[in-house]
Amino acid sequence: MSTEKTDWWVGLFVLLGAIALTFLALRAANLSSFSLAQTYSLSAAFDNIGGLKVRAPVKSAGVVVGRVSSITLDAKTYKAVVKLNMEKGFLFPLDTSAKILTSGLLGEQYIGLEAGGDETNLANHGTIQLTQSAIVLESLISQFLFNTAEKQGSETTPAPAAGQSKN
Amino acid sequence: MSLNTSLSTIGRGVRTRIGRLGTFTRFFWLLLQRSSIFLSRPRLVSQQIHFIGNYSLLIIAVSGLFVGFVLGLQGYYTLNRYGAEEALGLLVALSLTRELGPVVTALLFAGRAGTSLTAEIGLMKAGEQLAAMEVMAVDPMRRVLVPRLWAGIIAMPILAAVFSMVGILGGWIVGVLMIGIDTGAFWSQMQSGVDVWNDIMNGVIKSFVFGVAVTLIALYEGWQSRPTPEGVARATTRTVVAGSLAVLGLDFLLTALMFSN
Repeated sequence: MSTEKTDWWVGLFVLLGAIALTFLALRAANLSSFSLAQTYSLSAAFDNIGGLKVRAPVKSAGVVVGRVSSITLDAKTYKAVVKLNMEKGFLFPLDTSAKILTSGLLGEQYIGLEAGGDETNLANHGTIQLTQSAIVLESLISQFLFNTAEKQGSETTPAPAAGQSKN
Repeated sequence: MSLNTSLSTIGRGVRTRIGRLGTFTRFFWLLLQRSSIFLSRPRLVSQQIHFIGNYSLLIIAVSGLFVGFVLGLQGYYTLNRYGAEEALGLLVALSLTRELGPVVTALLFAGRAGTSLTAEIGLMKAGEQLAAMEVMAVDPMRRVLVPRLWAGIIAMPILAAVFSMVGILGGWIVGVLMIGIDTGAFWSQMQSGVDVWNDIMNGVIKSFVFGVAVTLIALYEGWQSRPTPEGVARATTRTVVAGSLAVLGLDFLLTALMFSN
């Protein structure tokens, strides 16, 4: 085989490798969703973040408007401080509330923002005041069990309970 | 008496092994020192890429396709029990880019290209071509071995990437076309779960390291082979055995280093 023909085939081979890597980066992974758009940062303190991870999406009305950039524990208040990288195009009012939600039953956790009605918007490095923690399945179950036990207790022994409350 | 002999047997074994490791490292160092031919005569390298890479492409692509098929079927079998068959795309993509792509490609590469490198160099040595080169003041290490080493190092990540791509397409064919998973869920689950740096780049790093290891072992075995038909045959066998074991051992090491957190 002539050298030019060899070069052509080698070029094709390398091109195929480049195509494969691009395919992996864009189609299999999420390089295309990396936006180079300008971002601003917000923070929010939660009592419990459950299984929230860094780089989890921040959604408003189901649309991704930013990502979680860091999660730290405040040493004084013992609350989890979550920093959000928000896209510059989406500004939120001061009384916006943040919830930690789960997509699907076992899906990944994300932060859902619900815009309020305030006139002024949250500035860069602003703090979202209204937060709602993640629902942790164990505490939910224990709460449910506690409630049922309490209910059953009051149903089976109504008289002593009533008597005790009088004393 | 018997204690003495067994002690000296252990000592001899350790000494020869360390000595062999030293020769191997020195061999690698000598090749790296002569790597300037990569720049001065790039055509030699591209010829070897054609020989090593292009000819391995078919077996890599076909293996990738079938590994993807099987991952699709087996993954569906497991995920179906948890009602999470939508995550099939994620499972196929992660297993291929992180693990199977680099490792299976390296094992196939050791069998397909490594053996031919060893046999070629072993036969050159047996036919005294290497000695003839030295007589003509051509450094056979620089002229013969270095282009092959670099060709292997370049070809391996490309082959692994092709393997992963074809495997994902194979998983898609089984999952979406045959089983009937929603194609949107297949891709979006994959895209939300696969990370470019953590998964894909680390897979590329793995395949690069495997490329160095397998090609170097193949060249070393050829270079060190006894110049007889039997010696070449043994060297070829050793290439496959040592190459595959090195790939599996390095794979464990790299996985523990890169994916441990």
